Amino acid sequence: MYTTTAELWAEAQKKEVPLSQIVLESEMKLTGTSQEVVYDRLRVTFAVMKKAAENALEHPLHTVGSLIEGVAQTQYQYSQSGKTLCGPMLNLMMARAFSCSETNAAMGRICAAPTAGASGIVPAVILTVADHLQATEETVLRGLLVSSGIGAVITRNATVSGAEGGCQAECGVAAAMASAAAVEMSGGNGEQAMHAAAFALVNIMGLICDPIAGLVQMPCAQRNASQAMNAMLSADFALAGQKCPIPLDEVIDAMYKTGKMLPMQLRETALGGIAATPTGKRLATQIFTT
Amino acid sequence: MNLSIFDVLGPIMIGPSSSHTAGAARLAYIARQIVSAPYHHVDFYLHGSFAQTYRGHGTDKALVAGALGMREDDERLASSFEMAEDAKLTYQFLPIELENAHENTVKMVFHLDAGGTSVVIGSSLGGARILISEIDGFPTEYNATSPTLLITQQDTRGIISKITSVLAAIEINIGVMKLSRKDRGSIASCIIETDEPIPDEVGEILCRIPQIHRVRIINTY
Repeated sequence: MYTTTAELWAEAQKKEVPLSQIVLESEMKLTGTSQEVVYDRLRVTFAVMKKAAENALEHPLHTVGSLIEGVAQTQYQYSQSGKTLCGPMLNLMMARAFSCSETNAAMGRICAAPTAGASGIVPAVILTVADHLQATEETVLRGLLVSSGIGAVITRNATVSGAEGGCQAECGVAAAMASAAAVEMSGGNGEQAMHAAAFALVNIMGLICDPIAGLVQMPCAQRNASQAMNAMLSADFALAGQKCPIPLDEVIDAMYKTGKMLPMQLRETALGGIAATPTGKRLATQIFTT
Repeated sequence: MNLSIFDVLGPIMIGPSSSHTAGAARLAYIARQIVSAPYHHVDFYLHGSFAQTYRGHGTDKALVAGALGMREDDERLASSFEMAEDAKLTYQFLPIELENAHENTVKMVFHLDAGGTSVVIGSSLGGARILISEIDGFPTEYNATSPTLLITQQDTRGIISKITSVLAAIEINIGVMKLSRKDRGSIASCIIETDEPIPDEVGEILCRIPQIHRVRIINTY
């Protein structure tokens, strides 16, 4: 049984299996179920993620205050224009992350990963890597297992609540989960997956939670898209052979401590960051007086 | 790891907020089962963050959806107001300040078709987890994660042993048991959480015990 990412990696090394196998065995033991039962539940989870990631690509969804209405469609159409800087694959990934955020804000069905506000990152990354690699369903489910294993350690040892740790604890953690998944799906080893997750958290260390009008829309949707990118580039750092000098467990602890140092104005209260700009405040007043 | 992967990749829910939307739907959904009698109107008294932010997070729609029997992942949740109209269920949202209550707390007053009211108070703790803290004036701590028996009984000697022997006879293991009473010898409340689903016959057998006033069974949570 693991309680840290170091223990997760040590168990995988000892048994000479991928990280996902240790996460799978742990879940079977915890719930007293078989691999097939866990896989079936993961299939349901992934189906919800996929639908949310496609839901808003073709048409805008109505949200309270309309701060992000149509963002997924805009990015999706651009991804097919042939004129993008990041290329069609990564622009489609951004569109998928936007689609999840738009679905969430429009009171559609999503799967929290690890939270509702950050629910676009893991789906966007896993779907994109799966397309790129023409991956099997098994590879996709393994990706979900790795991401949830990393996420479980962070939930247990730190926090995944924006009110407690800022955006780094929600979208940052989702990026760490997704980057570890991307590495295993791409054939990287467990150590590389850990480095990828560490890089993802290092890249976003200290990011505040500053939602306009307190709504889970802006900057949440943009953070979902940008943290999906963070997950991909962090995975590429690790797959290239780069090693994060600070171990993942220490990076997680640093993220947690940094979150605790953030003043309350920067933790989901909408009293700081872009929420506290003159325009942010005006938008909040407009939304709640109409 | 003592945490399920589906607590990390989950819950599957209607957005936008696990605490303000999914948790709110669950609170009213569980309260509906606790009340377990037809009602035509619900007063939702909102405390703390619920009172401040309920409109932006759809807390209001989620509460009404739960009161109509919808789960937190039901895609009809966003149109619960229209569905309430069809079901002739009326409701209102009122601010309240409750002492020592969690930030996201709601007091739900159900107006019963048979007359009178039933009152359930509960909080949304984050990640769609909930805690029911009061049922019809009886304080409790109930998080609705396992099959549950809610019993109202006369506070007399030996009554608890009569209840537990009924459960033992059909081999149902008691996980958690909580008792509370208003005054010595008056009406008391007993919440029993079990490992296995509770068959309806348990309710019938328990109701034959003269000191037992009411039994409610919650198997879906």
